[in-house]
Amino acid sequence: MVKISIEHFHLTYSDGAESLRDITIDIPARAISVFLGPAGGGKSSLLRALNRLNDLADVRSVSGQIRLFGDNGQTIDILDPQTDVVALRRLVSMVFARPVTLPLSIRGNLTYGLEVAGMRQNNLLGEAVERSLQQAALWEEVKDRLDEPAAALSGGQQQRLCLARSLAMQPEVILLDEPTSGLDPISTSKVEASLQEIKNNYTIVLVPHSVQQAARVADHAAFFLQGELIEAAPGPNLFINPTDKRTQDYVEGRFG
Amino acid sequence: MKIFISQLFDKERLITRLIASAGYSAILFVLLIFYFLISEGLPALGEVSLHSLLGTRWYPIEEYYGLLPLISGSLMVTLGATAIAMPIGIGTAVFIAEVAPRWAREILKPLVEVLGGLPSVVLGLIGFLILSPALRVNLNLATGLTAFTGSLLLAAISIPTIISVAEDALDSVPRSYRDAALALGATEWQTIWRVTLPAARSGVLTAGMLGVGRAIGETMTVMMVTGNAPVLANSLRMLFMPARTMTATIAAEMGEVARGSVHYHVLFLIGIGLFMISLVVNVTASAVVFRQRKRSERILS
Amino acid sequence: MNTSQQRNLIQKAGFGMLSVVALLTVLPIVLVVGYIFYQGLPAISFEFLTGLPREGMRAGGILPAIVGTIYLTIGTAIFSVPLGVAAAIYLSEYAQDNLLTRLIRLAIINLAGIPSVVYGLFGLGLFVLFLNFGTSLLAGSLTLSIMTLPVIISTAEEALRAVPQSFRVVSISLGATRWQTIRRIVLPESLPGIITGVILGLERAAGETAPILFTVAAFFLPRLPDSPFDASMALPYHLFVISTQVPGMPLKLQYGTALVLLCFVLGMNLLATTIRSRARAKRQW
Ligand SMILES: Nc1ncnc2c1ncn2[C@@H]1O[C@H](COP(=O)(O)OP(=O)(O)OP(=O)(O)O)[C@@H](O)[C@H]1O
Ligand SMILES: [Mg+2]
Repeated sequence: MVKISIEHFHLTYSDGAESLRDITIDIPARAISVFLGPAGGGKSSLLRALNRLNDLADVRSVSGQIRLFGDNGQTIDILDPQTDVVALRRLVSMVFARPVTLPLSIRGNLTYGLEVAGMRQNNLLGEAVERSLQQAALWEEVKDRLDEPAAALSGGQQQRLCLARSLAMQPEVILLDEPTSGLDPISTSKVEASLQEIKNNYTIVLVPHSVQQAARVADHAAFFLQGELIEAAPGPNLFINPTDKRTQDYVEGRFG
Repeated sequence: MKIFISQLFDKERLITRLIASAGYSAILFVLLIFYFLISEGLPALGEVSLHSLLGTRWYPIEEYYGLLPLISGSLMVTLGATAIAMPIGIGTAVFIAEVAPRWAREILKPLVEVLGGLPSVVLGLIGFLILSPALRVNLNLATGLTAFTGSLLLAAISIPTIISVAEDALDSVPRSYRDAALALGATEWQTIWRVTLPAARSGVLTAGMLGVGRAIGETMTVMMVTGNAPVLANSLRMLFMPARTMTATIAAEMGEVARGSVHYHVLFLIGIGLFMISLVVNVTASAVVFRQRKRSERILS
Repeated sequence: MNTSQQRNLIQKAGFGMLSVVALLTVLPIVLVVGYIFYQGLPAISFEFLTGLPREGMRAGGILPAIVGTIYLTIGTAIFSVPLGVAAAIYLSEYAQDNLLTRLIRLAIINLAGIPSVVYGLFGLGLFVLFLNFGTSLLAGSLTLSIMTLPVIISTAEEALRAVPQSFRVVSISLGATRWQTIRRIVLPESLPGIITGVILGLERAAGETAPILFTVAAFFLPRLPDSPFDASMALPYHLFVISTQVPGMPLKLQYGTALVLLCFVLGMNLLATTIRSRARAKRQW
């Protein structure tokens, strides 16, 4: 089943360079899709288009169509200026490369998304806190210090908190942009394990920080090079059996 | 998550409007100030001929409205203040930014801030009670209430402005310039003069301009210590005699004039002059941008 | 003597000269403040602080001036703080880099530079005469508010801009609106900086004389104001009056009044600096 369909998408930043050209790809529901490729390929830009975070960047123009098929049967035209971006961002949540915790307590970080959405019931908020921390494999480590500042956590814990923070809102899609690039191998494997666990309920789009990570987690993979989508294929195929020479060079480590 | 949020949006729109109008209000206030100065001051031009306004006698009781003594008084006091404040202010800024050890900086900066916060009447009091008698005795003057006394105090008032702007300018000179000069064998002293100060010159000049602006607009201090005699300053000697500035004239006389009288209009006309001077000084100064304010942090990626 | 020794000597002399210049700046400040304390302290008594002036201000207390200045400061805060902080929020969080924004910035720079006596003229023209508030606390507070506005706007804007952009992006990515982001994250984080700026702005308002000359100040009014439409005495103006306008004034009273004004202003300054350094030490980013 397709969760997000991207058709003929173009994006140009205000410096005039076309950073994404004619991207057409379907993102399957309840699976991990990875966008990989060398630096500057446009992976982050595409990810940010999916929840309209590009609205905050110096984007000159976008064209094409991106549709999200909601669990309730509704279709959202993501690029439509009329689309309610706040509602969209509650459905499509983002975890960034650098773990940015808000200057609040651990609990405050987790309930933030729900509170701004208007949820006030303490019991529901409490449930969301525990559930999301469990899913991000952080519950045991922080359950006794939920009211401490989030900034006191280690880098790896902070990044899992950021993942939990997205999960707490029960979005339908989670975007992760090199979420483990600053983490040690142990924290990295914890994050990857969480992703494997939650992928049955969420659509996950991941920009991996290495080809190895991509190969480990990808159900579907897409290779981006200088603003173009070179090749997309189900998980292992792209790594074992790439059809394009450039993809092959990249996954075999000849550049990047 | 299904939450009904259109309600939230209306509140958002209202708040955005309110905040935006607060932003625009700054423009409104400048226009209002300008409008009231014009509407109360411009009639003076119809009531007093330009010839009389450019006269050398200010004696409103007998309808002499010559502005030259006031303008020259303001100029003289301000130039005197600038001549004193520029070297001291910039010297201190260089000391704070480039030379002083940490502990000295930590004492100097708050003290300069205190000077900037001293009410002008308090400085005026000290000038009136202590500085001016001392000047009279030491310089053997007929009175200690002179333009020079005003210049000294105005220098004190404009020094904090000069220091803080000049220090910012010096701080914004990239570290690498200095390192390059030092690596080439220049002493720190030579680096300051040949590299850092020249690189910061536009900011340092701005500091001076803003200091002048601060001095020319100061009212209470000069009114208390310059003796308030509206005589034309036509020689350097006049620096050591009583003088009268534009600001002091407004402050001293506005309380006693009838609304709508010629005298009232002329005082507002002087206000227009002061407004224009400050406009020119500050707009010119602000054109010299030495601190990149642009937020260049890219979105997390 | 070789050239390198010579250069070192020049450097030493130069640095010595600069430190003398710096001393020249700060020594008088210390002396003046110390002298006012020395001369003014003997005047401070319970009666001086809480009594009404008597015998043509040559005796008694300065309570009406103290109360007037407190009222004026509060009045100024009521108008200038909400407006100034909102304007700062606009500039830091909403404004795009366009002509209108540049005009606003120009206006603020201009407001900051207008001489205080010109504010006095404006207050007289608009509030006292045109709006018919008379010489009153209200007219004076409004005049001082507009004068204080640029200080509050620029310091508050700086405090807001110091909040890392990443907090805003994260908040927005979690589905917060712009205003929710400001209210829940940006404002709390920048509050100490904003408060510091507000106090520094009010400090300036409290010490100013020229803007209240024609808008509030009463030469001699030995009672407390009881409505915003009352004229009032105020510390800076009172100090001006007793130091230059009334012959035969005891020096002690002049220095005593100067000391009270100084304490008021320096107290605010100290408060602002304390808040600022406390917040800096506590900050996590
Ligand atoms: N906010 C922005 N403003 C202007 N140009 C941008 C911005 N963000 C990205 N770009 C440009 O768009 C192109 C694609 O960048 P993007 O960050 O999407 O690539 P990426 O594939 O995520 O690279 P990386 O692996 O380095 O994260 C680059 O040329 C980049 O310079
Ligand atoms: Mg990227």
